[in-house]
Amino acid sequence: MTTAMTNPMTTRPSPDDSGRVRTLAQPAGFGQDVTSVAARALRQILRDPEAVIPSLFVGVFFYAVQVGVLQDLVMASSPAGLDFKAFLLPMGIVFAITGVSRAAALVTDIQSGYFDRLLVTPIRRTALLLGLMIADLVLVLVLASLVSVAGLLFGVRFVTGPLGFISFLALCALWGLAFAGFPYAVALRTGNPAAVNASFLLFMPFAFLSTAFVPRDAMTGWMAEIVQYNPVTYLLEALRALLMVGWDGPVLAQGIGAVGAVFVVTLTLSALALRGRVSRA
Amino acid sequence: MRKPSEHQSPTGAIVATRLGRDFGGTPAVRSLDLHVQRGEIYGFLGPNGAGKSTTVRMLCTLLAPTSGQATVAGCDLDTDPGQVRLRIGVALQGSSLDESQTGRELLRLQGRLYGLDRVTIDRRVAEVVDLVGIGESIDDLIKTYSGGMKRRLDLAGSLVHQPDVLFLDEPTTGLDPASRARMWAEVRRLNDAGTTIFLTTQYLEEADALADRVGIIVDGSLVVEGTPAELKRQIGRDIVIATVSEPQVATAVEALTSVPAAEDVTAHGDTVTMSVADGAATLLAIATTLDRAGVSVRSLATRTPTLDDVFLHHTGGRFEADAPTDATPEQGVSA
Repeated sequence: MTTAMTNPMTTRPSPDDSGRVRTLAQPAGFGQDVTSVAARALRQILRDPEAVIPSLFVGVFFYAVQVGVLQDLVMASSPAGLDFKAFLLPMGIVFAITGVSRAAALVTDIQSGYFDRLLVTPIRRTALLLGLMIADLVLVLVLASLVSVAGLLFGVRFVTGPLGFISFLALCALWGLAFAGFPYAVALRTGNPAAVNASFLLFMPFAFLSTAFVPRDAMTGWMAEIVQYNPVTYLLEALRALLMVGWDGPVLAQGIGAVGAVFVVTLTLSALALRGRVSRA
Repeated sequence: MRKPSEHQSPTGAIVATRLGRDFGGTPAVRSLDLHVQRGEIYGFLGPNGAGKSTTVRMLCTLLAPTSGQATVAGCDLDTDPGQVRLRIGVALQGSSLDESQTGRELLRLQGRLYGLDRVTIDRRVAEVVDLVGIGESIDDLIKTYSGGMKRRLDLAGSLVHQPDVLFLDEPTTGLDPASRARMWAEVRRLNDAGTTIFLTTQYLEEADALADRVGIIVDGSLVVEGTPAELKRQIGRDIVIATVSEPQVATAVEALTSVPAAEDVTAHGDTVTMSVADGAATLLAIATTLDRAGVSVRSLATRTPTLDDVFLHHTGGRFEADAPTDATPEQGVSA
């Protein structure tokens, strides 16, 4: 490594007329703060693909295996015309994108002191979280698109066309961000990687106590009761509507409302946790 | 020499008045008065846990004081922390870096967060890379850097926006002697260019070598401050150091206590130290006294006071740090 010392005369800060150093710093603007944080997070993702590949694998694997295992069984007991490959595609996507966040990287920043380095800059504090969520948004869209490609390879087609596909991705992205609020809140509150990993357990009830694998009509007993209270049920039904039914306003409104409610709750939790973390008290 | 309680001028790079910080009722910093002049290197010296880092974290806006007030670069910490952040550069204790970035990416991000335009970022990154001597490694991932390079990159990151006031929190802790010397040279160079530097250290020789003025903090309180020369002159006496066989240390202390010219006779391990008015003139009398007491002397030396002696004088204890001790040349004889 090169460590040669250099001529100090060429590298001095520039004093003003009074001989004093004058800072060059000025407020960067909120947009630049957010894009700076997001760009750094996206660079980290590109350098650390092994942190993302498992999510993609889980989504595609569950989708392919469930199609293979359950298709004949479900088709035999379901109304005629059900496209089970299309029915399961939202499940694959939800499995791939739920829990995707930069919360673990945020904890690393907190523990390494890099978060403090950012805090002594003039950066707007909200940009520290929003920038990461922008990076999450990009990643969730990429993952949802890739799992969708798996569906297309299985012969699935969107009845709502390209605009429906874009709406489909947008709803997926909203869910990805809504769930990411949990690990961010835990990361900012605790600064503890184990706690962030544990927060992923929330994925289980959200994903499995829903209509991920079986239509609501086919459920009975306690499961049929519980899935009504899971926002993922309404997300899946909205996604399936875009995929298989068409522009079903009430179903889409329920899906957007349910996911939006989760988003508001988790964003509030993570914003409060951020406020606590950056507090000087 | 100025005692910390004396009146402070309202102008200066850092002005703190009765600054304090508690954690759950436990005071970490107590009623601290500071006045650091523009263009000065102020050495903030103290052992681990003395309150140095808490003070820095208050002055660089990471922690709110629980009492008192302060201005940094003319901006109030409490009412205007955003303006303070624009004017300071901070290299916190340990290298607070994102090791997944390259050095250049880290510096460019710093520049963006300080609102510099692309051209200025390019120019400043080139300047600070040149200044800290990272060279072509600037485009390598930080996780491949040595400890010394990380500290220098940390310093470079705090300089991209050309701060008015630079805080360096134990910048050389854990560095090898060569890296430490390089860091000292960089600190001097920055100061030559007009940057005010607030330097915390647990290394006495670092404060002695770099600081225009030194403040010694113990248990959250500033016990004394002044230039290193003033502080050492305050001791006003030479130090004599005798190394004897360990079982005879108590005998040596007892014998030397009877020497009229010797004061503050203390023992640490096999070393007995004392202060005398004139070291060279007293050395023979001390040697004779030890010989008469039957003490086997391995070496006997005299030196001028160091900051360690200043610390001993004001606190009653030796400075404890995981660093080499003061390297003042000694004169003397070996047995």
